Amino acid sequence: MSRSLPDPEGSAPASSRETDPQKIPAAFQIEELRVAFGSRPVLHGISLEIPARQVTGIIGPSGCGKSTFLRTLNRMHEFTPGVRIQGRVRLFGEDIYDPKVDPILLRRRVGMVFQKSNPFPTMSIQENVLVGLRLAGIRNRSLLEERLEEALRMAALWNEVKDRLHAPGTELSGGQQQRLCIARALAVRPEVLLMDEPCSALDPIATAQIESLIRDLREHYSIVLVTHNLQEAGRTADFTAFFLEGKLIEFESTKKLFTNPHQKQTEDYLTGRYG
Amino acid sequence: MKGRHADRFPNEPFRASAALRNASFAPGWILDKGFGIVAVAMGISVFVLAGLLGWELYRGAEKAISRYGMAFLTGSQWDPVAGRFGALPFLYGTFLSSAIALLLAFPLSVATALFLTELAPVWLRRPVLGLIDIMAAVPSVVWGLWAMFEMVPWLRQSAFPFLQKAFHWLPFFQGPIYGVSLLAGALVIAIMITPIITSLAIEILRSVPPTLREAAWALGATRWEVIQVAVLPYGRSALVGAGVLGLGRALGETMAVTMVIGNRPEILLSLFAPGYTLASVLVNEFAEATSEEHLSALFAIGLTLVAVTLIVNFFARLLIHNVPFFFSPRPLPLQPIETKQ
Ligand SMILES: Nc1ncnc2c1ncn2[C@@H]1O[C@H](COP(=O)(O)OP(=O)(O)OP(=O)(O)O)[C@@H](O)[C@H]1O
Ligand SMILES: [Mg+2]
Repeated sequence: MSRSLPDPEGSAPASSRETDPQKIPAAFQIEELRVAFGSRPVLHGISLEIPARQVTGIIGPSGCGKSTFLRTLNRMHEFTPGVRIQGRVRLFGEDIYDPKVDPILLRRRVGMVFQKSNPFPTMSIQENVLVGLRLAGIRNRSLLEERLEEALRMAALWNEVKDRLHAPGTELSGGQQQRLCIARALAVRPEVLLMDEPCSALDPIATAQIESLIRDLREHYSIVLVTHNLQEAGRTADFTAFFLEGKLIEFESTKKLFTNPHQKQTEDYLTGRYG
Repeated sequence: MKGRHADRFPNEPFRASAALRNASFAPGWILDKGFGIVAVAMGISVFVLAGLLGWELYRGAEKAISRYGMAFLTGSQWDPVAGRFGALPFLYGTFLSSAIALLLAFPLSVATALFLTELAPVWLRRPVLGLIDIMAAVPSVVWGLWAMFEMVPWLRQSAFPFLQKAFHWLPFFQGPIYGVSLLAGALVIAIMITPIITSLAIEILRSVPPTLREAAWALGATRWEVIQVAVLPYGRSALVGAGVLGLGRALGETMAVTMVIGNRPEILLSLFAPGYTLASVLVNEFAEATSEEHLSALFAIGLTLVAVTLIVNFFARLLIHNVPFFFSPRPLPLQPIETKQ
């Protein structure tokens, strides 16, 4: 796969991957992260370093706080009334909950893809991809055109839509819409991509496409992938974190976690003992 | 008959359907059919009622129509004593007051709805929503009383003189100030349709999928940009529809307007001058119309009012379906914020 994305830091070749998360520079450093909705604690002190330019999978039973965790990473909880967040989250060393950090700018650095594809229904494919750039104040036509193609190519959608860029985004199939949403997130060139069960509404073929896309994207992006599907984590993630009831139970390279988990709870979950 | 399904369920052909055939309770299709018949009857009765109404109005208006024809609509004199009947002053007053009312009420309503659904703190929403619903339920005549005793004196003493001073070069704000005026009528209509449009707009904005808002937020949109990118484009045609409903109310609004508009059948450019509307002349003159001619002319006014309402609704519907760029998502707010290149 040859990508045209300029690469400031020089990417690690995908083949020789490090398996110890401690030895890879961290994208997110999370310390003692606690989240409560009202008086109900949901995350009980999560400490975790999410490695840069890797796919980090997050697995765990429904309701264990995976989405809640993910949404702390781009401050999406700001819109939920009654949320309390404690602890520290650093993105490449910078505390993202520091009062000086503008959450708007943060969200441009940390892209997000949701469980259900959500293209803007009144916008064309092109407008959907470019909306983030327009929000960022970019008007330069040639730059917009360049980013449009780049994002759609990275989302493996270019060939399917290049002849109908002005068709409504909602005209696409479910899998295409999800890739459109990925392209929309990529067009602003974020540093990190958060994905909350991006394939759970898709059929196996569309799922396979997006999974292979995720594997390609890790050359340029740090990706955090929440998934319900253990096989998906096994196929896509370099590292996997297992959450249970708001606690991080184990964080390891995917291979180790799946073949030789340290914790009994992880083993129980992997063998199907929790929902 | 049997073959097709028998292949698929070789051992128990038609078991389920046989059970259904023998069921003793009223099977679904009777209810289905019954409901269908009732629905069709209701549908037809709407047309019958509308037809009857139109015919009745037409019969009442026949005399005026045969005497004036289209000139009834273009005649600018209404003088029952002299037996002269032209509806133009009423058409003018109706259109102008409704248009001004909608111009004032629609942006205010949408802004209020946006504020309440997108920006206001949660504790503020409930009481304000309740207030809006109460305002929407206040009877027209009560608004009229309030407008007569509170609003009109205030307009006469403070607001209109101020406007006149500020905009004396505009013909709309010239001439003597009585208080009762076309503008007062428009204002009271605006006040009455604002809670209705607001209430509808709130429902519309609430129906915007939260996933769209999240999508905009996740791209780094500000609150205002979320509204522009995700909320308004999604709700725009429904919002226009809400405006149309408000306009329908405005055109037919009677009591409150009659109490403050001044009821003078003249076409004057000044908004401070008294005016008259189709609905107001009906309510004012019907009881006292003695001559057959006068009565017939009033019927023609009624017919005109119905026609105006229908035509406005028709065009509004066209607008809803064919002007999707009414709130175009295209001109995004393009404030330059530093981005990584
Ligand atoms: N906005 C909210 N208000 C109150 N409680 C919430 C809110 N969002 C999530 N929760 C609660 O937090 C807990 C964790 O939810 P979360 O969505 O993070 O789970 P999850 O691991 O993503 O589950 P799933 O796999 O089903 O998506 C749940 O018990 C949920 O009820
Ligand atoms: Mg979830």
